[in-house]
Amino acid sequence: MSKNQEFVKFDKVDKSYDGKVLVVKDLNLDIAEGEFITMLGPSGSGKTTCLMMLAGFETPTNGEIYLDANPISNIPPHKRGIGMVFQNYALFPHMTVYENLAFPLKVRKISKDDIDKKVDKALSMVSLSGFENRMPAQLSGGQQQRVAVARALVFDPAVVLMDEPLGALDKNLRESMQYEIKHIHESIGVTVVYVTHDQSEALTMSNRIAVFNDGKVQQLSSPDKLYEEPVNSFVAEFIGENNTFGGEVVDLSNGSCKVKLSHGEILANPISVKSKGDRTTVSIRPERALINPENKMDNNHAGTIEEVIYHGDHTRVRLNLLGNSEFILKVPNSSKNLDIKLGNKINIGWNSQDARALDPK
Amino acid sequence: MSSETQQILTTDGIPLSVSLKKAERKNKIKAFLLVVPLLLFLIITYILPIGDMFMRSIDDKMVTNMLPKTFTAMEKWDGKEMPPEEVFAGFYSDFKILVQNKEHGKLAQRLNKEKNGFNSIIKKLFRQVQRNKIDEGQSIKEQIMKVHKRWRDVEYWQAIKRTAPPYTTAKYLKGMDMYYGPDGNIMQVEEDRRIHRILWLRTLEIAFFVTLFSFLMGYPIAHLLATLPMKYSNLLMICVLLPFWTSLLVRTASWMILLQQQGIVNDFFVMIGLVADDNRPEMMYNKVGTYVAMTQILLPFMVLPLYSVMKTISPSLMRAGKSLGGTPFVAFWKIYFPLTIPGIGAGCLLVFILAIGYYITPALVGGASGTLISNQIAYHMKTTLDWSFASAMGLMLLTGVLVVYWIYNKLVGVDNIKLG
Repeated sequence: MSKNQEFVKFDKVDKSYDGKVLVVKDLNLDIAEGEFITMLGPSGSGKTTCLMMLAGFETPTNGEIYLDANPISNIPPHKRGIGMVFQNYALFPHMTVYENLAFPLKVRKISKDDIDKKVDKALSMVSLSGFENRMPAQLSGGQQQRVAVARALVFDPAVVLMDEPLGALDKNLRESMQYEIKHIHESIGVTVVYVTHDQSEALTMSNRIAVFNDGKVQQLSSPDKLYEEPVNSFVAEFIGENNTFGGEVVDLSNGSCKVKLSHGEILANPISVKSKGDRTTVSIRPERALINPENKMDNNHAGTIEEVIYHGDHTRVRLNLLGNSEFILKVPNSSKNLDIKLGNKINIGWNSQDARALDPK
Repeated sequence: MSSETQQILTTDGIPLSVSLKKAERKNKIKAFLLVVPLLLFLIITYILPIGDMFMRSIDDKMVTNMLPKTFTAMEKWDGKEMPPEEVFAGFYSDFKILVQNKEHGKLAQRLNKEKNGFNSIIKKLFRQVQRNKIDEGQSIKEQIMKVHKRWRDVEYWQAIKRTAPPYTTAKYLKGMDMYYGPDGNIMQVEEDRRIHRILWLRTLEIAFFVTLFSFLMGYPIAHLLATLPMKYSNLLMICVLLPFWTSLLVRTASWMILLQQQGIVNDFFVMIGLVADDNRPEMMYNKVGTYVAMTQILLPFMVLPLYSVMKTISPSLMRAGKSLGGTPFVAFWKIYFPLTIPGIGAGCLLVFILAIGYYITPALVGGASGTLISNQIAYHMKTTLDWSFASAMGLMLLTGVLVVYWIYNKLVGVDNIKLG
């Protein structure tokens, strides 16, 4: 059975609240059936607005949203059959866990026996069996979270939306919940649209990530591609760490370009530069730059160590390199002892393939 | 170390609990001193007056003090046939003292309340005593019984005996249109004189409907206040609070201007052709006027508790309800409404309690049907000067309020009240 590649489709969607500013601009996004897609972006980037339009709490100013090929703009939220997990869980405080889970089933006029079965199943899925008669206030944050997930899934919706559901949890709990949600998704195969501003959350959980900024999708791809091959400097900056050099393209040939910086020149991989004289920002991931490389690398420069920060499994080294005093290196703390001391001069090398010349900042 | 109860010691060797008490004593004293003025204020202005009211409402010591010997003698009397000689002798010696002190008039007044006809026979007896017509050497019983035929009537002596206890619940019975019959039974007053019961029922009815109307009007306003953006909700809040900043009399008077037959509302109805000019409806000096004016005046007391509760209900709950498949009505009824019950309870309780004791507004705009129980209390305090009856009715009102509060506590739970 082939999965519907356009199960949810945003078609040229615009959204404005005040008639002056567009919070979502010309959004085109296809979500496949069973996919776990994350909308990632800083606050105010329009990701939550997109989710709310999909849920039906906001209407698109222009364009149309399709669910399984049906336009849904004129369908009220309660008829869309989309499950939703809210940021603050939104459990009904006056109902027990059982009643919370039974609510979507009761309004669908499902028989009492079936409700019991479904609630049982949903609770065991989030390993909360036996909590039926607790009130939400008697549960910990993580447990409330699970109840909220179970409630969004209990009526077998085709799509589940999650609006920063882990935002209120502490770090350890957040990580274990990430795996849990991912496993639930894998076991029942529901389509999940997940909104977060936490990049590590997005990278761990998603099949694909849509990076939002300024009301637009900047890049839509799998987590590894997003990290390894950002298409513009916003994505490079937003996902993970990166070292940047601003400069001007002076030569462009054979899939490689030469960029003139304020202090010296480097070779880079031309991604979004078109011709000589373009301004560009070159982005290099910290782990792609090596100290005293053994193999021949086409970029080799000397830098001065300005700061050394111990991080347990690795050491972060801040260098002054080619006029950039914010150049970060990550050195694994292995047995190999490098001469990392404050003020030392060391040799840094990287492949031009890993230095991506993107749009200027 | 032994396994017996070990006292935990501080580093200085003092038991920890002692040390903790010592450390906290100062703060406790400070906190107590801070609330002392309020405590005194409450005792002086609230608890003492209520206690005084209670004593006043049941006080019946006057006759007890006036006729001590009579009542001592009456203890042996069965109260069925005419009292024996000792009772008459006691009564005579008590009465002589009263005559000397010129207090027999008070006795006559008090006994006349107990049974009609005492006034004249006490006056007659007084004249006999004044002229020294009673011969203490002979049977006093015979002589008094000769003064007037009513002194020969056992019912009058039974009436005197009923006034013996220093306390009485008669005022409370009177408040419910009942009284003690000649043999001490509780009797109903005649049907056409049962005014207090009408007043109680009317007070309850008006309080109930005013509460209902305030709720029906206040709920949407409070909801709007809680959900509108700040700049509009502030304006609306001012509109709600405006009545608070205006004198009650001014507000009532303006309702009189609006509602009277030649008033603005009637003019408007005539103008739009709703009613004929010569057939203007009466909207004042009846219950309509009372309902309109009291609802308007008490509305803020409904809106504010509701608002404070609604403000705490996250809008995502309604959204969750809808996204889970509930229609807007179901989401409201199953989720929003139950969460506002503490506010509804607090608002209704406040409005009902305030309305039950309302006084000026119904008196001004309510006309003949605007007399409520509190008007009656005021009437007895200022006009008839029957303070003990006014106290009794005041306490009955207070008891009524406490009963409402108790019922509310059973239904909703006082802990759930949210006043702000």
